[in-house]
Amino acid sequence: MSNEKINQLAITATKIRKHALDAVYHAASGHPGGSLSIADILSVLYFDVMNVDANNPHDENRDRFVLSKGHCSPGLYGALAEKGYFPKEDVKNFRKIDSYLQGHPDMKGVPGVDMSTGSLGQGISAANGMALTAKLYEKDFRVYAVLGDGELQEGQVWEAAMFAAHYKLDNLIAFVDFNGLQIDGDIAKVMSPLPIDEKFKAFGWNVIVIDGHNYQQIMDAIASAKETKGKPSLIMAKTVKGKGVSFMENEAGWHGSAPNKEQYEQAISELDALLSKLEVE
Amino acid sequence: MADKIATREAYGMALAEFGDKYDIVVLDADLSKSTKTETYKKKFPNKFINMGIAEGNMMSTAAGIATCGKVVFASSFAMFAAGRAFEQIRNSIGYPGLNVKIGATHAGLSVGEDGASHQCIEDISIMRTIPGMVVISPADAVETRCAVEAAIKHKGPVYLRLGRLSVPVLYDAATYQFELGKGIQISDGTDATIIANGLMVHEAVAAKQLLDKEGISVRVIDIHTIKPIDKDIIIKAAKETGAIVTAEEHNVIGGLGSAVAEVLVENCPVPMKRVGVEDKFGKSGKPEALLREYGLTAENIAGKVKEIIKMK
Repeated sequence: MSNEKINQLAITATKIRKHALDAVYHAASGHPGGSLSIADILSVLYFDVMNVDANNPHDENRDRFVLSKGHCSPGLYGALAEKGYFPKEDVKNFRKIDSYLQGHPDMKGVPGVDMSTGSLGQGISAANGMALTAKLYEKDFRVYAVLGDGELQEGQVWEAAMFAAHYKLDNLIAFVDFNGLQIDGDIAKVMSPLPIDEKFKAFGWNVIVIDGHNYQQIMDAIASAKETKGKPSLIMAKTVKGKGVSFMENEAGWHGSAPNKEQYEQAISELDALLSKLEVE
Repeated sequence: MADKIATREAYGMALAEFGDKYDIVVLDADLSKSTKTETYKKKFPNKFINMGIAEGNMMSTAAGIATCGKVVFASSFAMFAAGRAFEQIRNSIGYPGLNVKIGATHAGLSVGEDGASHQCIEDISIMRTIPGMVVISPADAVETRCAVEAAIKHKGPVYLRLGRLSVPVLYDAATYQFELGKGIQISDGTDATIIANGLMVHEAVAAKQLLDKEGISVRVIDIHTIKPIDKDIIIKAAKETGAIVTAEEHNVIGGLGSAVAEVLVENCPVPMKRVGVEDKFGKSGKPEALLREYGLTAENIAGKVKEIIKMK
């Protein structure tokens, strides 16, 4: 993979992070931590991997994306805005009374959202339904999903995990955003879902463990998952909650709170500095 | 057609029949022999998916299939469909308005011997409170067949309430007309109106016969669609007969009686009484014995009619 391509994915990921912060800051609410941790995965999916067209968001043969951890809508909306599904400036109206950008992904109102999510555990089941439909009707689209690591505490995730393996949904690729933190703190202390990889293996999945901020590893993992036949793939992506903003990194407190003006400006200046550096390269 | 047939039987047959005409996918949670989706499975094995005993996952999976433009039926017992999977139905199906039809069998006390854990008397209440959800409770096999087709044609979520117990066939398949959201006046009368749904329509018809003998004339209406409810037929009955008794195999809180009361109180308040389960859990027993013990009978309806006429 060329350095130029990776550099471009990094630029896009940084822009997604900026959109996510814009959204949460202007709404004075929302979920920055997990949005920042999945930005690199979103960049690779929307700008390198998925067969989607912002001008034809309902194409029946398109690849699907389900944000099972729906509270990270600021990250998803950032990716969709960058991709051209809606105007970038609309992100600043996130969660406002007159905006279509609902607090959690709303497939009826937001172009590019393939499934309404927000209630944890349900998105992965819906992703299964899409992947199953492709199998039943012999379509060749793929379904991508992102789960939170805390979300794995929902029993429905494991019902879905059983289902995907039972019906051999090798057209499903699910990520776990393994940032290790949930609202009340360390996932291992709140209610440990560990070991995540071994659990999915035991449920019959192909499991790949990567650094979720390494573009090459994300791309390689997806390529390897695509080649795996007869079972769904789980990409356990080790990530940093709040990635890219120094004072948000690895702080559970940034799960669901908005920065104040000073914090917002600092966060944006850090990302802008990174962007300038990337754009020079 | 047999003299008596359960609405769940008619549901399974209708799915198999309409599978030829419409592109439908049917899901079940390990109860296909009981919900009768097995009838569909035998004919369309490739479009039947067994979900195992995982009702919440079934509803969200159904939603995912529906996002791809398919009409999906998801079946289980009413208790585990409307009850256990309420929040999946609300958030994965109701909120995005997806084309999922919930075929919920074994509703009400007439489940019988399995007892209270399996006798859902709350489903109409909790399903009709979901914005946009259509709720249908057919009375017999003919109405069920038509309700299944109407559900397929309707764009959006539908909750179909079906029974385990065999019930008489009330309607003539050759002439019966089903319209979503329109009640059916089975017979006319002047002193009061009995509004019923599901198997209680049969008790309402029997109650009319009892009252006829005493010289009391009642109108009988089958409200197969609880939501959207047919306001016109209810208001007309209130104006013309001046008193209403509802009859349902459901808790008197939140079901048909409540829905009718909402229409009356806002449009044409008249004396009203509700026959249903009086805010109690069911228990084990033969279906007929349970219906008797909980007052879900023609005699109880007739008694309530006589009481209500005195209040006019």
